Amino acid sequence: MRIACPYCGERSLDEFVYSGDATVTRPDAASPTAMEDFVRYSFERTNPPGMHRELWYHSAGCHAWLVVTRGVATHTIASVEVARDVARAASRTSSDPAAPAKDPA
Amino acid sequence: MAHPTQPNRLSSGGLVDRTRTLSFTFDGKTYTGHPGDTLASALIANGVMLTGRSFKYHRPRGILTAGSEEPNALVELREGARREPNTKATMAELYGGLSARSQNRWPSLSFDVMSINSLLSPVFVAGFYYKTFMWPSALWEKLYEPAIRRAAGLGRAAETHDPDIYEKATAFADVLVIGGGPAGLIAALAAARSKARVVLVDENASLGGRAVDDASEIDGKPAREWVDAAERELSGLENVRILRRTTAFGSYDGGTFGAIERVSDHLAAAPAGVPRQRVWRIVAKKTVLASGATERPLVFGNNDRPGVMLAGAVRTYINRFGVLPGKRVIVFTNNDYGATTVTDLKRAGAEVVALVDTRPQPSEMTKRLAGEAQTRLISGGVIVGALGRHGVTGAVIRTNSGDEVKLDCDLIAASGGWNPNIQLATHQGAKPVWNTTCHSFLAGVLPHGMSSAGAASGALSLDKALASGAAAGSAAASEAGFATVPVSVPDARAESEAITPLWRVDNPRGKAFVDQQNDVATSDIVLAEREGFRAVEHLKRYTTLGMATDQGRTANVNAIAIMAEITGRSIPETGITMARPPYTPVAVGALAGHHRGKTFKPTRLPPSYKWAKEQGAVFVETGLWLRPSSFPRPGEGDWLDTVKREVNTVRNAVGICDVSTLGKVDVQGTDALAFIEKLYCNGFKTLGVGKARYGCMLREDGMLLDDGTCARLGENHFFITTTTANAVKVVQHMEYCHQWLWPEMDVQITSATEQWAQYAIAGPKSRDLIRRVVDAEFDVSDAGFPYMGVGAITVCGGIKARLFRLSFSGERAYELGVPARFGDALMRRLMEAGKDLGVCAYGTEALGVMRIEKGHISGPELNGTTTPRDVGLGGMVSSKKDFIGSVLGKRPGLVDPQRPALVGFRPVDRSDRLRSGAHFIPRNAMASATVSEGHMTSTAYSPSNGHWIGLGFLKNGANRMGEIVRAYDPVRNGDTLVEVVSPVFVDPEGGRVRG
Amino acid sequence: MSDRYSIFSVLRESLRGHTGWRPAWREPNPQRDYDVIIVGGGGHGLATAFYLAKNHGPLRIAVLEKGWIGGGNVGRNTTIVRSNYLLPGNIPFYEMSMKLWEGLEHELNYNAMVSQRGVLNLYHSDGQRDAFARRGNAMRLHGVDSELLDKEAVRKMVPFLDFDNGRFPVQGGLLQRRGGTVRHDAVAWGYARAADRLGVDIIQNCEVKGFKREGGRIVGVETSRGDIGAKKIGVAVAGSSSRVAAMAGLRLPIESHVLQAFVTESIKPFIDGVVTFGAGHFYISQSDKGGLVFGGDLDGYNSYAQRGNLPVVEDVCEGGMAIMPRIGRVRLLRHWGGIMDMSMDGSPFIDKTPVDGLYLNAGWCYGGFKATPASGFCFAHLIARGEPHPVASAYRLDRFATGHAIDEKGMGPQPNLH
Repeated sequence: MRIACPYCGERSLDEFVYSGDATVTRPDAASPTAMEDFVRYSFERTNPPGMHRELWYHSAGCHAWLVVTRGVATHTIASVEVARDVARAASRTSSDPAAPAKDPA
Repeated sequence: MAHPTQPNRLSSGGLVDRTRTLSFTFDGKTYTGHPGDTLASALIANGVMLTGRSFKYHRPRGILTAGSEEPNALVELREGARREPNTKATMAELYGGLSARSQNRWPSLSFDVMSINSLLSPVFVAGFYYKTFMWPSALWEKLYEPAIRRAAGLGRAAETHDPDIYEKATAFADVLVIGGGPAGLIAALAAARSKARVVLVDENASLGGRAVDDASEIDGKPAREWVDAAERELSGLENVRILRRTTAFGSYDGGTFGAIERVSDHLAAAPAGVPRQRVWRIVAKKTVLASGATERPLVFGNNDRPGVMLAGAVRTYINRFGVLPGKRVIVFTNNDYGATTVTDLKRAGAEVVALVDTRPQPSEMTKRLAGEAQTRLISGGVIVGALGRHGVTGAVIRTNSGDEVKLDCDLIAASGGWNPNIQLATHQGAKPVWNTTCHSFLAGVLPHGMSSAGAASGALSLDKALASGAAAGSAAASEAGFATVPVSVPDARAESEAITPLWRVDNPRGKAFVDQQNDVATSDIVLAEREGFRAVEHLKRYTTLGMATDQGRTANVNAIAIMAEITGRSIPETGITMARPPYTPVAVGALAGHHRGKTFKPTRLPPSYKWAKEQGAVFVETGLWLRPSSFPRPGEGDWLDTVKREVNTVRNAVGICDVSTLGKVDVQGTDALAFIEKLYCNGFKTLGVGKARYGCMLREDGMLLDDGTCARLGENHFFITTTTANAVKVVQHMEYCHQWLWPEMDVQITSATEQWAQYAIAGPKSRDLIRRVVDAEFDVSDAGFPYMGVGAITVCGGIKARLFRLSFSGERAYELGVPARFGDALMRRLMEAGKDLGVCAYGTEALGVMRIEKGHISGPELNGTTTPRDVGLGGMVSSKKDFIGSVLGKRPGLVDPQRPALVGFRPVDRSDRLRSGAHFIPRNAMASATVSEGHMTSTAYSPSNGHWIGLGFLKNGANRMGEIVRAYDPVRNGDTLVEVVSPVFVDPEGGRVRG
Repeated sequence: MSDRYSIFSVLRESLRGHTGWRPAWREPNPQRDYDVIIVGGGGHGLATAFYLAKNHGPLRIAVLEKGWIGGGNVGRNTTIVRSNYLLPGNIPFYEMSMKLWEGLEHELNYNAMVSQRGVLNLYHSDGQRDAFARRGNAMRLHGVDSELLDKEAVRKMVPFLDFDNGRFPVQGGLLQRRGGTVRHDAVAWGYARAADRLGVDIIQNCEVKGFKREGGRIVGVETSRGDIGAKKIGVAVAGSSSRVAAMAGLRLPIESHVLQAFVTESIKPFIDGVVTFGAGHFYISQSDKGGLVFGGDLDGYNSYAQRGNLPVVEDVCEGGMAIMPRIGRVRLLRHWGGIMDMSMDGSPFIDKTPVDGLYLNAGWCYGGFKATPASGFCFAHLIARGEPHPVASAYRLDRFATGHAIDEKGMGPQPNLH
């Protein structure tokens, strides 16, 4: 398997570290259902047989976390995105769709 | 005594160099051959037809094939540490002095005692083991299995370490062409002329494939001439790499292929510095699979006798090697290719006794060839049994009318058709599809980026092979983005591919083998079916069919077809077999490359390594690091003497320890504090600039991830240390938190582990020593630089440095960091400057002793299943903020007061030794499953206390001070009474760190 | 007809061309309904059916298998059995399994070649030695055999290791002499045959497509061969657990991962027991046929494809050459992948589900083969009695919610690290 790191180009599998499902979102620790939410977030997985959105870390490269969309039955990679961009886009839509994302710059 | 005559060597023809003679030995006997021979062709040249014994029945076996699919002619090659078991004689190139031995026989190949198994074959049928050897149970390990294991295996592995070197390489290709036969060569030409980067691999020493083996004509000339021209053109192109003697063994995801190049196997010894073999990882945009096809044996009685050979192999031996495997030959075929063999035989001067064609109406071509070869054509006939034991002496033929005739011969050339070599496609999940024209499996839908050409695609005829190769090469280059140049396909004759399958001969005389190496006969398939093992995978596993070193290449399709016949199902209904990598077996050493011995993994050396080595330090592997564990001095009896001296020096004077291996992470940004607050379970809001604080990071599930210090170098600038073991993991975790969980935070994370050399300088005189290297303008007095103080300073006259007043030992102590390039110099300067203070270097042993004396946690306590509460740090966990682990850390199981908690232990009898790994059980309890209350994690002889001390987790430990429990250690015969005490054994008030 | 297996029946059949053997299992058509349906004809499913029929009968039982029986992990593992566990939630269960292995051939009248030639885990540092001592002591406390060997004792057992030139020198090992190997396929076949003889219907080529429920209670399955009713259903489909559980609306604490296994050409036996390398990802044994059987780490990413990739192939062979450099010229014959149910703590589940009548046996990571007998025994107990068997009582689905993970390696909820 080869992953096209958006920063470094296509690299072999052994440069990357895998960390699993990218579709779960860290819950709000202040919510009254925080315990249930965190249990689900940390331990329950859909584990689908088809396309899987998952996190990879380019440990032997640029240290970027990536969201890879990959067919787990075929090992074919449909897309590779920078995790930070995905996370920012998600927080923009989930927190308050109207509000502009906080721009650290 | 050599046999210089090589009686079966033809006077001309083939690619061998008759001007040079090589001598070799087989089973201790000396023979000769020529450069260009394989061991198999050289043995045939010398009339040696008996080469081995089969796995189970020890039947005599010879050479069946001329390629990597050989199931029978396996030998032990070379001697001593270079002994290689199960080497295919058909793939071993001859070199001067080659020595080989037959396998799996005793005392000799021609007289093998174990061939008694052959007589017992009615008992030793498929599944025999599962039904017997059950009574009494104890005899299985004592008697039955040892007997089975003595009989098991083919060749013997070398008895000492493999002395050869191996290497790995990576190649990138726009077009990878697998196979250098006619289809592969023209595909490579087509792609190469378009300027695409081409890699061409072929498993043989020379290119040309079957075009050379069959002595075909291309453009009206011997195919060899066209092959040579193609090879010359390819060799002259910079964008082409030809890898000969290289087998593409596996197809992996993303267009990655594994290939094994036998760099020196054709030589008596690898030249100095040259590897024996090289594993290539080839990354290809497009791949043309031109891997050819494997001929199928025919299944008839005693079809395993030496002298029964595949028809294509016979042609190869004649045409490529210039040897004639038999003088009186019967050709047995169900197809036109097989029939063509009579022509080669006749040309080579053999007498073709008969052409037995299973088809009642053979093709016109077959009739014509038989006529030309002046041989008797037996249409609709079959060989029911070969005659002879150590070599074929004749055959019993059943004619179309059912009569049996017996004909003498010394060779049977048999062809059952061809199986395209689709293995590399099925590695990637291509489902084989049954093809009713060539009566074999084709690859169906090919994996992304792969096309096939030539016989591998079912194009068996040379003209079709060339056309399909040219088309596939052009298309691959074009799909890889190159403008293709038209390639003219040379002329070649259309060859007949006509075949009428015959999967097994009815009522054979003698056992009819399907998998020759594993001794699976048609009767075993019948039995498997009878017992319900009808699925192809059941059949394989029950009979071991297809599991031999040839991976079933000559067996599987026949077996499926026979099972289909027995069950009355079609072949596609019966099933398929999916090949697994590797295509041909690959040496384990090659796949390991140089990752063995001391170079198994990289070695990381701390900055003071060179100095420590000069001092005669003892080193210990700590992950990838090699750290000094102690610095023995002359006169010290054992390691304990040294460690005592090092500890006492620190506790009474000053010692220096290289702690550069600790992970160091620089964190900066306007949100740095907020980020730190998320990472650590304790609070950092009140940490002032110029101060450090101890902290713990948790995993999201509430367990301790790591501990260390966090120093605030500026308002928005922190510097974190991690444990040595977790340095990489913590950086990854921090990047995860930053990039994925809180991407909006303005923070930058940089690992600085290797940028800083850092020394712990510990002991009551540490300040005095520091003073001597820190530049005068910096105040290092207790008032100016108190405990937990941090500062940017300069040392030794202007070298930038960082000073941290931290203590792991419990003494007044500092950590002094300088850019790594000054690490060696600083160590030398400190040792020099501290001479009169009595300074010593101390290693990880003394470090460990002192941290245990102080009750600090380390690796054994940070084992991934402990919480801050468990290690006595529950009080520092913030309840006011969200941090990683804040929610799940409150789960009932993690806050249960009965959980084992960290306490100290000392032996009741102070002379007892304590050992980590002992379990705690109540003083008066019987040892049993339910009584364990925890375990000892860390122990040390404490010079400060004068006896052994320990740390460990004990149920509800904090409330059991003074209690006496057993430290139970049966695996080391240990059973010691210990008293539960505070985990802090030295200076419990903590006054000494402040000075 | 010959049905009972023994040397006498083999000899008798050898005189008449082995024409008298009965099929090892029938090929029945599915009935309309059963008392219990086991989904999954792998080792665990077949063992469950056997122990249900044997210990809890009379019951009408069917095993439904999508493909051919024994085609999952029982047919593609590295054949090791052992009970050298660390944690109290695991030791009694795996020791029960070991005891069942020890009596298996007589229980089933099938020789699965249970071979107790020892399992030796090498250690390479003081810390590792102490961790092994802790484990060995835990085993002893549970009545399980274990021995902590020093370097010289290891050298006597396996003199051909790289003792003197290794990057991580061998210091010793933890030995369980009762550990060993079992002929993996034969386990599935032995349980299938024995279950068949007790009346269990083993139905191959029968894929479960959905669960039928009435008022929250399970009443049957929809299959590729029609609907089949059942009072209780046990799911034992490791590798596909999430897929099948999803049909019942459940999400599990499981990811599917690929683990590769390796076998070399057959050579004369020289490795007696199982040896594991403690400073790399490598373990090895040698089969009764002569092949070296070895493996290493997971590939490390979610996968439902039964194949792995080259980096792990290389990594495993590197481990092999680091510890055992005499195998350099032995050739790798085949490597393949199996799909593991990797759970969040590395330990399995044998539990009721929130759906009434539906039971789950899953999450075996790469420990499933050795667990086969006890897993079947305990799962049968749970299905029949509605209560967990005492030795399997820790294998609950809700253990993460309560904070009672059984985490032998201390890796936390990161399935690819277990």
